[in-house]
Amino acid sequence: MKLAFSIAKRFLMSAKRHTIVIVFCIAIGVSIQVFIGLLLTGLGNSLIDSTIGSSSQITITYEDNLANYNSTVLAVSEASDNISVVTETLTISGALTNDTLTENIVFRGFNFDTANQIYKFDYLIVEGQLPTSNNQVALGIELKEMLDINVGDTIVYNSTVFGEEVLEITGFFDFNVLAINQSWVITPLTTVQDIIGEGDQIGKIEMQLDEVDDDLETKAAIVAALDDDTLDIVTWSEQNGDLLSSISSQQSSSILIQVCVIISVILSIVSVLSITVLQKSRQLSILKAMGIQDKDASFIFLFEGFLLGIFGAMLGVVFGVGLTYAFTTFAVGSDGSPIIPLTLDYGFIALSAGIALTASTLAALSPAIKSSKLSVIEVIRNG
Amino acid sequence: MADILTLKNITKTYGENTKNPTQVLFGIDLNFEESSFNSIIGQSGSGKSTLLNIIGSLDRPSGGEIFLSGKDLSVFTNKELADIRNQYLGFIFQFHYLLPEFSALENVLMPYKISKKELTKEIEDRAYELLELVDLKGFENKLATNLSGGQQQRVAIARSLINNPKIVLADEPTGNLDSDTTEKVYNLLREINKKFKTTFIIITHDRHIAEKTDRVIEITDGRISLDIKK
Repeated sequence: MKLAFSIAKRFLMSAKRHTIVIVFCIAIGVSIQVFIGLLLTGLGNSLIDSTIGSSSQITITYEDNLANYNSTVLAVSEASDNISVVTETLTISGALTNDTLTENIVFRGFNFDTANQIYKFDYLIVEGQLPTSNNQVALGIELKEMLDINVGDTIVYNSTVFGEEVLEITGFFDFNVLAINQSWVITPLTTVQDIIGEGDQIGKIEMQLDEVDDDLETKAAIVAALDDDTLDIVTWSEQNGDLLSSISSQQSSSILIQVCVIISVILSIVSVLSITVLQKSRQLSILKAMGIQDKDASFIFLFEGFLLGIFGAMLGVVFGVGLTYAFTTFAVGSDGSPIIPLTLDYGFIALSAGIALTASTLAALSPAIKSSKLSVIEVIRNG
Repeated sequence: MADILTLKNITKTYGENTKNPTQVLFGIDLNFEESSFNSIIGQSGSGKSTLLNIIGSLDRPSGGEIFLSGKDLSVFTNKELADIRNQYLGFIFQFHYLLPEFSALENVLMPYKISKKELTKEIEDRAYELLELVDLKGFENKLATNLSGGQQQRVAIARSLINNPKIVLADEPTGNLDSDTTEKVYNLLREINKKFKTTFIIITHDRHIAEKTDRVIEITDGRISLDIKK
């Protein structure tokens, strides 16, 4: 093995230009694999993040609202380590009226301490500030024009069920979603609780997760913790079938592309190493005449494949990460942010390098078998 | 002297499974004594190289038996034959067949490395001594490709001796060397034969060279036509 390794190393070193070309061939294959893989991972993450990153990923809805909810909220937050934040909300519908203008709205009461971690309201406020006390509200930015109102104005909430309430406008937010910007009015939880007038109660428990892919397992943990299988619990993946199927088809296309790249890398190594066996047939013959075992002769080419794979994979990872970095640096949107954010998935990079290394070594198998079967006498007789 | 190598009724046919098989050796019976210095002569195509390749276990005979130090090589596996080539035999070829990627010293040490024994100071010293013996002191670290034809052939001779083989098989070892170098190489082989008691079987088409050996065997059309011991 040691001899085979040193001969392989020497064969590669003595044909430096040839070796560099093969290493570059492998590196280009690996870099494309890493580049496309990281780009698609970034795209998938960005898609998930933009869709569910600032919303509830698991929601428990109580049709008749839930009183004495503190113990339930605590039980939910302790149900699974995957739950990063839990918040309670209470939502009612109604209308806002300003002199002659009236708009239907969704009036949402939040515990801002925790809800802010899910909805990132601080970043969404484009004018004024978040409401801090009872009867203060922030509105979707579209409502500002629709109702012709400004920060500091008062506006009347009215509902056939809950009556009227005068509210003070503290700010406007922009969710970048028209439907929300046209309908949401946010306020401290107590405002909505007081309007309903039935004491402390909530309508929903919302939460976010560390690992969004584990939503169903987390849901099962919550059901078990609350010991109530009649609960209305919905996870993000159950609500976003289309998003899931688009991410899944992205992953499939990514795998397909990677398989194609690996096949091309394998074929190029097989062909190049096969030619090397022919070129080195004289050397192999003399080694066999001197008594090298067929197995050791095979190992020479396996080691060549392995060494080429190592350097090809390392260079390929550098190229691939560099390409991805360049893409995310130079391909930016009008606001200067990358079209696809840079996601360095180290596990994926290591996997790509590992696959290339394995593929290179396996690709050397056929030349290795060829070398073990090489007839000494044919080469000796033919000079 | 006892026989080190015995050939019994060796035949060789190429293309045995084809429509036109060609028989090149016809029932060769030969014995070679230990420490002897032998030559095999014959015209091109007479079968002498085929015979040498069979003796060197590089090729298998179609029929007959080969005994090396009493061991029947015909029953040996390829792996065992590889060990025999490494431990008992040394080869010198007409076209030198050095490994161009390695230096003269590394080429000389290669059969020893193939035997997978630990590389010791003693064996390295021996490689240096052998290179000195073939008058290549100072050329140890030169790549094989940077040596002249005669120098390469002398490296090949040193290499054939590194594992202390019982027999050195040389196929036209001076085939493409000039007459002065040819003379030097034969004198060197003779010197090694006397110094190390190594058996030499040398193939040549040069009668002048063959006459300098202790025994001349002539092969004509695959048969022994002459066998003279001095």
